[in-house]
Amino acid sequence: MHEMSIALSIVEAVEESARKEGAGWISEIELLVGKLAGIEPESLKFCFSAAAKGTLAENAVLAIEEPEGVGECGECGITFPVNFYYAECPACRSLRVKIISGEEFLIQSMTIEEEK
Amino acid sequence: MCDTCGCSTEDWAVLRKPGQSDYHVHVNEHEHAHGEHHRHEHGDHHHEGGGRKVVLEQDVLQKNNLLAERNRGYFEARKIFALNFLSSPGSGKTSLLEKIIPALQQRFPVAVIEGDQQTTNDAERIQALGVPVIQINTGSGCHLDALMVNRAVKELDVEDNSLLCIENVGNLVCPALFDLGEALKVVIISVTEGDDKPLKYPTMFHEADLCILNKIDLLPYVEFDAAKCRENAMRVNHHLEWFELSAKTGEGLAALQEWLEDKLAQH
Repeated sequence: MHEMSIALSIVEAVEESARKEGAGWISEIELLVGKLAGIEPESLKFCFSAAAKGTLAENAVLAIEEPEGVGECGECGITFPVNFYYAECPACRSLRVKIISGEEFLIQSMTIEEEK
Repeated sequence: MCDTCGCSTEDWAVLRKPGQSDYHVHVNEHEHAHGEHHRHEHGDHHHEGGGRKVVLEQDVLQKNNLLAERNRGYFEARKIFALNFLSSPGSGKTSLLEKIIPALQQRFPVAVIEGDQQTTNDAERIQALGVPVIQINTGSGCHLDALMVNRAVKELDVEDNSLLCIENVGNLVCPALFDLGEALKVVIISVTEGDDKPLKYPTMFHEADLCILNKIDLLPYVEFDAAKCRENAMRVNHHLEWFELSAKTGEGLAALQEWLEDKLAQH
């Protein structure tokens, strides 16, 4: 369950930035979690609610965008969708495939609210 | 609560040394400065008010990655060659260390960091070899992180030019995401597992530099296709260095030993 320590890292990161911004609370956090990033979004949401308790992010909504995996063939150069690391080029059958998208794992932005 | 000093430790990792029951250091992972905050009703959503969007574009694992780079810089400056050993529980990480360390320590100083949820059992096995060792007990944690290793290295006082073996918590999933600052990641599978392990846990095999197939002395008794396993691993990561050995009988150990000595000499 690495999602728990990841949820804690997210809360820690946004709280630090929110305090710098003088925010009252955080209403939304936008995450980019690639389909190949090794993170289960549902599990992350579950852990987030526990991790955010008693913080500025307690009532924040997690908006998770999940970019699809895209591979690029190192032989013929075409790009194609991939679901796994062990992708094979659909054109030339090469296994020399580089993942060019789908491994993203970023906190894109947060929406902060003034104090009431 | 910590049973040694009585302080509240809930989610902190603890460093221990074998044979020193009064020695323990807490690794405080999440020092939140919880100040005042304001509760809001759920109906009070941002789209109703004038919330301000702040662009962060920050890597979620940034804190760990930065600390891992700091560890890496420290290792580089002191010419410490750090290996992160990863596998399922019971694949033979500790047994392999017990076999390779005696020969390696003839040529290089060796130090070991052991990671487990509980007990100092593995650290005690390594201490018997006469090398400096420290145990990280992660408690409920499923992986080591860069902060734990940072603290452990300071407590362990690793010599310059050392080989530092970091034995991660037995788990093929979570430790793959956490850089510790190591030079190489070594993943171990044993023939009592399935030969499709690399396909089932691709993230780990994708991240690894070296793959060791252990317990090959048991091949006659199990339905495990070593060639198939290798092929599966190479499909996930064609840069993998591949070794087949038995830590128990010593078969195949020489090749790994030689490879490691070469790497250490070049380091």
